[in-house]
Parts: sequence; structure tokens; C-alpha cells
Amino acid sequence: MSEVRLTIDGKEVAATEGMTLLEAARTVGVEIPTLCHHDKLEPYGGCRVCTVEVEAWGRTKYVVGCVYPVEADIVVRTRSEKIDQIRKTILELMLAHAPDSHDLAEMAKEYKADPEKYRRESSFCIHCGLCVRYCDEIKGKNAVTFVDQGASREISFIPEIAAKECWDCKECFPLCPTSALQAAYVLARSFEDVG
Amino acid sequence: MQRIGSPEKLEEIRKAILEARDPKASSIAICAAPNCHALGNGAVVDAFEKEVKAQGLEGKVRVMATGCLGFCEMGPVVIVNPSNICYVQVGADDAAEIVSQVANGEKPIERLLYADPDTGERVEALDKIPFYREQSRILIGDNARIDPTSLEDYLAIGGYAALSKALFAMTPEAILDEVKESNLRGRGGGGFPAGRKWETTRNAPGEEKYVIVNGHEGEPGAFMDRALFTGNPHLVLEGLIIGARAIGATKGFIYTRHDSPMLLANLNRALEQAREAGLLGNDILGSGFDFDVEVHFDVGIFVSGESSALMRSLEGNMPEPRPKYVRTSVSGVNDMPSNLNNVETWANVPYIINNGVEWFAGMGTEKSNGSKLISLSGSARNIGVVEVEMGTSLKTVVETIGGGVANGKKLKAVHFGGPMGGSIPGDMIDTPLDFDELGKLGAPMGAGALLVIDDETCMVSLTRYFVEFLTKESCGKCTPCREGMRQMLNILNDICSGEGRPGDIERLEEIADTMSVASLCSLGKTAPDPLRSALRYFKAEYEAHINEKKCPAGDCAIEAN
Repeated sequence: MSEVRLTIDGKEVAATEGMTLLEAARTVGVEIPTLCHHDKLEPYGGCRVCTVEVEAWGRTKYVVGCVYPVEADIVVRTRSEKIDQIRKTILELMLAHAPDSHDLAEMAKEYKADPEKYRRESSFCIHCGLCVRYCDEIKGKNAVTFVDQGASREISFIPEIAAKECWDCKECFPLCPTSALQAAYVLARSFEDVG
Repeated sequence: MQRIGSPEKLEEIRKAILEARDPKASSIAICAAPNCHALGNGAVVDAFEKEVKAQGLEGKVRVMATGCLGFCEMGPVVIVNPSNICYVQVGADDAAEIVSQVANGEKPIERLLYADPDTGERVEALDKIPFYREQSRILIGDNARIDPTSLEDYLAIGGYAALSKALFAMTPEAILDEVKESNLRGRGGGGFPAGRKWETTRNAPGEEKYVIVNGHEGEPGAFMDRALFTGNPHLVLEGLIIGARAIGATKGFIYTRHDSPMLLANLNRALEQAREAGLLGNDILGSGFDFDVEVHFDVGIFVSGESSALMRSLEGNMPEPRPKYVRTSVSGVNDMPSNLNNVETWANVPYIINNGVEWFAGMGTEKSNGSKLISLSGSARNIGVVEVEMGTSLKTVVETIGGGVANGKKLKAVHFGGPMGGSIPGDMIDTPLDFDELGKLGAPMGAGALLVIDDETCMVSLTRYFVEFLTKESCGKCTPCREGMRQMLNILNDICSGEGRPGDIERLEEIADTMSVASLCSLGKTAPDPLRSALRYFKAEYEAHINEKKCPAGDCAIEAN
């Protein structure tokens, strides 16, 4: 693996080829906020909170740090007025679902996000997919999955699998950034539905 | 058909087909496209076939159930050749009279000819009807000359001559150079130069390479690709095989809709015919070139047409755009280099190979060449499938071809590009049909769906419609797109129902800014475009809804306070 030199927030970074910007930033102590990222899971690029600014060949673009691979000589900025505004809006959109989430509230303080900005939505889920992906990639069970699409997309447990696998596992519960209750609620409800 | 093992054999067969046909024999082309199906064209075709038999004219008068003839507004349309007479709104009852007129060379039947809506004057010849007169029907015009189920018909109009030329008289590099020099730009929406995309896939490392037809055409108001593909499937296939040769692909995919049974039937038949004739499969035309095609269905959502989602769908996965920052032309289906172009782009390829770069580049503007298919819909008097030279002014398309606005209403705006496009006001319709000009104005051509908007249509309500469509048709994976549109729709619903609040416009703009920068794929990035163009040109309408609780167009049901 060859070394890739780039700049992140003014710091010179010697990264390894194949690293993501998120990983490279951590090596020099720069923290990029994330919600859907988990070190054990494949990069997902869903929440978009880790959006950063990349300057390469005289052009500026916006990419997500959890997926974008390091490239030689690029200049990365993890904070700017525009990035902060993007993160603020993303958080405000998520807070419409989960105003009481500790993780979101902490970030909301940093980015001055207003939890009342957008209309409340009844589901707590912010679709980070941590439960879905953990169950798939780590446990290999696929007991919880996404169903439907667009604004109607939600997580759902497959009762036949969940009945066998979930009660003794529940490892996905603590991963939930909005509260462990989200997965628990959906799991319980999936059994109500089948009576 | 027997297997054609050499280019000479192809020309022999073509000659034999033409010799067996009397050039003076008449043909009656009846639009049998799905668009006219609702108007009962099935019964019309049956009636004509029965009538030809009854009058003992088999072999003298040919009845052809063809693909879309374009003039949907006046469908079912019947075109008589070689006399070039066009009959409109033909019913099964008219068959006897038309067959007799054609067989006996009688005077055209006055009451079935197109009548000018203003003067009432009847127009006999197809190319004198204003709808057709200003068009350059290069790709779609052949729909009237062939039965889409007949390979013979396609060969009779010169079909597969371009493939033969590409395989035997050109190197793959020369094909690529030709397409690059022609400046053929992708017709699917982006307008990216096709030749450059081909070159990327050609040069990318990979054991296998793929070429793909994007026949998804999922946006509301777009129906030109299926008109072309259903009516002339061999044309698209020929383009695809030529592209495969240039790129070095041995396998192709056709990705199309699950809900177009006629397209699928015609397509599968064309593939079988081409395989049987040695135009597809191993050793095509005896050239040693091997290439075959698989047909795949979509899964019914709009985002399936996005390139990386489409490729995931081809692999058998959920059609979710992938988050990786690598182009599908380098790493697509099965992580192999995959070149995706839409139906219309592929259809242009045989023409470019046959007629050359100068012919193609001679049409259009400096940077938008050739012709462009447009599905004309909305409040135009004449809706239908249109093909004009690039650079034609929108005014010609809307006023001459489209016949202006129906029902005595006034033109308010034209909207291009469906739910990811934009609207420009009616007083800007002198703008030419040009990728870059329209893009600058905020109404990118997209795939070519042109919606004519009258003065009784509310622009807030129109934006609301597009956003509502996309909230159901996005995959829902990334936050800006899923949640952004959900909240945009909430706000737009409020505005349309008189519940808008000060600050709504700013909130819409904030969401739009985040969506266009931070969304995962191009659907989310361009989803706010209709809103942006509406706020650019029609902001006063939004303000009237919010501040005065009034819908200036009288379209929204706002109750008076």
C-alpha cells in the first residue's frame, strides 16, 4: 500500500491508499461527525452528516468523508460556513423525527440546529441503517430490513426470523442513534401485527 | 430468416426483399402504438385487414400495424404511402372507404383529412400538416415505414447496413472516433458526450465490458423512448451492437419497463430474429465478433433509471444508487466497465455511421447536434411525439407543431425535464432547443419531456406535484433527499392550501441548497430544480399564496378568509 499525502484542515496527512477521508482525518486528530458510520460495517454514505469540502485541480466539491477515498494532493476542509449549514439542515430534518435523541441533541448544539424548524414526524427512525446493516454484515441474520421506498421507507423485522434470532441478541438496540427504543418498538410491533 | 454469414449476403438478401416488392404498391400504416390503444386502434387494424381481404386486395395493398406515428392528439393516425396522405382520428368504420380510395387511387376522403383548427381548411399531405411540417423525423419517421415485428421491413429500409460497415470497413477505433467527432451527446438527460463515455469504458481495465440500453423512461410526461423502441426495435439494437464493437464489449443489457408489454414483445421478437439471422450472437455477419444481449425489467420505481441504481438492479439487487465515488463507465455491473446510454442515443449511432460526422454535426447548434425527440404534453393543442432538429426554437415546437395552447388559454410557461427539470416563462420561448442554453435558463432538456403550461396552472401546485412524485419514487436511502422532500412537500401542501407562513420560501431554499449539494445521487441533487426555477421566475405567485392567501392562477383551493 502506497502512501498518499493530502491536507486536512491545514494539517499535512500521510495516509494509506484505500483509506477514507474519515479515517485519514482521525490519524491527525480531526473528528468529522457521523451518524450512520460504524467502524465494523461497510461505508454506507446515507446520513450525509460527514459531508466535507474537497479542493482538487482547482475545483471544490462536496463529498462524504465516510466513503470518499484519499487522493494525493487534495485539500480537505471539514468545517466551513457551507458545510456547517448543510449539517445544520440535515440535523434539523432528523430532529423532526427524534427531537429527544441524545446524539442528535449534542450535534444540534454544535451546529445551532433548531429542533422545531420542520414539522414533527411520528417515526423516531432517521434511517441510519445501523441495525439493518449490523444484522446483515456482522450477524448474517437479516432479521431487520428496510421496506418501502422514498419518504415511506422504514425498518421492519421479519417476524419468522426475528422470533428465532432477536430475543437473545438485541445487539442492534444500543447502536440506534435516536434511542434503543426505536428498534425495540418496531420489533415488538412486528409481533403485534402477526397476532 | 436464414443465417447471414457475410456482408455480401446481407446486401443480396436486401436486394431480394426489395425486388419482391412492387415499389408502386400502396401501404396503409396504422398507428398501433400503446398511446392509441385506448382509442381503440386494435379494432381499426382488424377492420383494415378484413377489408383488404374482402376487397380482394391482398398483395396489392399492404396493411401495417406500426409503431407510434407521433400525432397522438389526432390518433389513431393512418398514413398512406406512397401517396403520402394522412388520415386522422380514423375509426374501424372508415376502413372500407380508405381501402377503396387507396386501391382505386380515388380522391382523398375529405372528412378524414386533418382540418386546420382556425380556418377549417383540409390538409392532404402528411408533410403539409403543421404538426409534421416543422419536424425532422429522422429517428421516429421510419415508424411509418416498417412493421416493428418484421426484420425484412427493417432490412428493406437499409437496416443493419451501418453494422455491416462498422464491422467490415471500420476498425473499433474508427467507430469510436466517428462518434466522438459527431459530438453525439447523451439523450437521457445529462447531455454528456457519448463518445467520451465510450472511450472511458473502452480504456478501463476489466475482463468483461458491458454496453447497456437505458429504456427505463420513468419520468412523468416522457413517452418518446418507448415510441421509438417499440416501433423500431432493430434500430436501437443495431446501434448497441456497433457501440459494443467500438468499446470491446461482448455482452449487453437492455433495461426496460415491466409495464410495457408491447415493447417487450417487439423487443424479444427482434432479438430472436437478429440471433437467427446471425446479426446477434457468435460471429456476427461472419466477422468473428461475438456479442449478445439480455433483457431486464425495472422494479417499478423512478430511481431505477439512475445509472448506478440501474446497474445494481441488473445484478439482482435493490435499485439503490451506490455511494462510491467511481463512474459506472469504469466500474459498473459486477464492478466491470459498463457503458450506459439511453434508447435515443443508441438509435442515433447507425445514422452517424451511415451518413457520417458532417451530416450529423451539420444539424443543430454549435454544441447540440442532430435531432431530438420530444414528448409534447400538457396544455398544448397537439400532444404527441415530436422530433426536431436541435436548435429549433421552442416557439416552433409549442406554437407551430404543438398548435399553441388548447381551449383558448394563454401560454404561461414551458417545463422541460419532468420532476428534475425546470420551467421558463412563456415570453422566453424564442430560446433554441440546446442543452447548454436551456440548462443556463434553469430548464434543462432532460430526456425531452416538454410540458406546456397554461395560465390557469399554478406554479406552486406544479412544483408540489413533482415533489410529491419524487417522495414516492426516490429510494429513501439518504437524508437530504428523503427527509428534504418530505418537508418540502409539507411546506408546499401548506402553501397550496392557504396555510403558508412567512419564512416558508426561505425554508424551501435552505432544503434545496442542502439537497443539491449533499444528496447521494443525481436524483436528490436535481430534485429541487423545479422549485428553483419556479422561485426564479414565479416567486410572486408563491408570495401571493403565503401573504395574501390567494392563488393567482385560480388553481389551488384556498378558502377565502
